[in-house]
Amino acid sequence: MSDDLRLPIKSDADVVTARQQGRELAARLGFGECELTLIATAISEVARNIVEYAGRGEVVLSLTDVNNSPGIIVVARDEGPGIPNLELALRDGYSTHGSLGLGLPGARRLMDEFEIVSEVGKGTTVTMKKWLPRHTMRFPLSPRR
Amino acid sequence: MQVPILKQGDYLIASVQAVLTDTDLLELRDRLTEQVGTYRARAVIIDLTVLDVMDSFATRTLRALAQSLRLRGAATVIVGIQPDVAFAMTQLGLQLGSVATALDLEEGLELLRRQERRGGSHVR
Amino acid sequence: MKGRGNLVAVSAPAAAATDDLMRELVAHFREQRDTLRREWVEQMKAKGLLAGLTPAETETESVTIYDTCVGCLETGKYDGAQAYATRMAERGVLRGMTPEQILGGLLTLRDVYGRSLFHRYHRDIARLSAALDIYEPVANKILAIVALAFIEEREKVVREEREKLVRQQQEAIRELSTPALRVRERLLILPIIGVLDSHRARLLTEHLLRAIRANRAKVVVMDITGVPNVDSKVANHLVQTVDACRLLGATVIVTGVAPEIAQTLTAIGVDLGRIITVCDLQGGIDEADRLLGYRVIATDPGGPSFQAARAQEG
Ligand SMILES: Nc1ncnc2c1ncn2[C@@H]1O[C@H](COP(=O)(O)OP(=O)(O)OP(=O)(O)O)[C@@H](O)[C@H]1O
Ligand SMILES: [Mg+2]
Repeated sequence: MSDDLRLPIKSDADVVTARQQGRELAARLGFGECELTLIATAISEVARNIVEYAGRGEVVLSLTDVNNSPGIIVVARDEGPGIPNLELALRDGYSTHGSLGLGLPGARRLMDEFEIVSEVGKGTTVTMKKWLPRHTMRFPLSPRR
Repeated sequence: MQVPILKQGDYLIASVQAVLTDTDLLELRDRLTEQVGTYRARAVIIDLTVLDVMDSFATRTLRALAQSLRLRGAATVIVGIQPDVAFAMTQLGLQLGSVATALDLEEGLELLRRQERRGGSHVR
Repeated sequence: MKGRGNLVAVSAPAAAATDDLMRELVAHFREQRDTLRREWVEQMKAKGLLAGLTPAETETESVTIYDTCVGCLETGKYDGAQAYATRMAERGVLRGMTPEQILGGLLTLRDVYGRSLFHRYHRDIARLSAALDIYEPVANKILAIVALAFIEEREKVVREEREKLVRQQQEAIRELSTPALRVRERLLILPIIGVLDSHRARLLTEHLLRAIRANRAKVVVMDITGVPNVDSKVANHLVQTVDACRLLGATVIVTGVAPEIAQTLTAIGVDLGRIITVCDLQGGIDEADRLLGYRVIATDPGGPSFQAARAQEG
């Protein structure tokens, strides 16, 4: 896929841009409103971590179609300080900055696939995927009838 | 984009816009805290109707804001959270704790009026 | 029969001889039609392969199969066999006939044909070999066609059944996800029936949130009497649903949690404190009315019917 969307992340405004772009791209694939919100929220979390802990980095958005199952891939990458203990960082409520500590574990719950690679002093890469539901059953916003 | 704050009687109403950066939110926090004092507002309604994402930062900031407003004698009601946003928030694990919520602005105002009739200055 | 192998590679004049022999075989099977067919039917009957077929059906079926096979031998074309196999497989699978039954019948016919050839040619082994060389590939091909048709049909039925199941499940989910009933203004009742796994809990929550918004509901009574195995997982789903509803300003009352289940859940650390639980549905509705500021008046002191009236405020 050549139409990767590379978004530099260095300020809180970039966090907003990243989640908006992610929502737009996923919408083009046919995700429903509810999933779009989940995707945008997950992007917001990983992008914010970049700003907060690494200062700068990038979010790369792309579409995939492996084995005929379409989905969106979000890669959040930085060359910041890295995370010494990933297991801890993925735990609900763990934060080194007195925050809620829900960003990483939460994003993991919002997406279908979640992978994090980090090396102290080198940086952190979070890769998240969400697949388009096969039988996209949509409930209209208002009840039927 | 700066969040507009409207004064209506004893209440302040802040209508959050779709594009809400962390800076906007922190700036809203500061202005609300300040204006509650200036206008001796009894309650603040934060309208999130058009907000499309509530992440952990926004949740934490709003919770802290409600807490500090309570210390200044004003209740906070958060209104207009969309079903999809509420769903994403709970999936993520986010809660608003003891902050009062209502469906929309109208309901929020109704909630505050009811509370006042009951004689309490606080919500819930 | 070992010697047959050297007749397989047929030269041109041999091919003409083969053609003649083939015509001879066809004529033989036509002549012997009644005898052989009856013998075949008797054998199938003895092996119990005709279970479920009436005598009339057996008659027509056996005639058709017999003639189709001879037709294949004569023309070298298998369209007839193919059409017949498909038709038979459809009916056979529908009726729950086993592959043993259908293929067993054909194997029996093959034996009957084979034995009659043996009778006819057993004095001339070379000719018998040649005859079998012509006849056996045809019989095998027919068997293969029928077996394949049967397998395909079975797969089709399984696939259709699976698709039907998926459709039914989707329908069930749709039904189960839309039971938010508006009892009165601002009050929804959601009776949950059946297993509450994470997928369903998700759909349910999504739907409920939308229903809350659409109906401007302030209170939801969620009855889980019909949910089996309320364990910590289910309870956590419920807690999440309740939290999500609260974000929209709606209070959820959960009814139908058996006391011992509530105790167990609390013991294993599920935070039920965030949920208002009431024993039964009626209690839940009463509580909802109280929250909504309705005054409940019993119209019939003996009966359970209630009339809600907006309480005087002030
Ligand atoms: N890109 C990153 N680079 C370095 N450290 C990170 C990065 N992302 C996360 N971390 C570390 O992992 C911890 C957990 O991250 P997580 O996003 O889950 O929680 P948080 O950011 O502390 O709080 P919240 O996201 O809920 O506001 C962080 O406190 C931080 O120490
Ligand atoms: Mg974070």
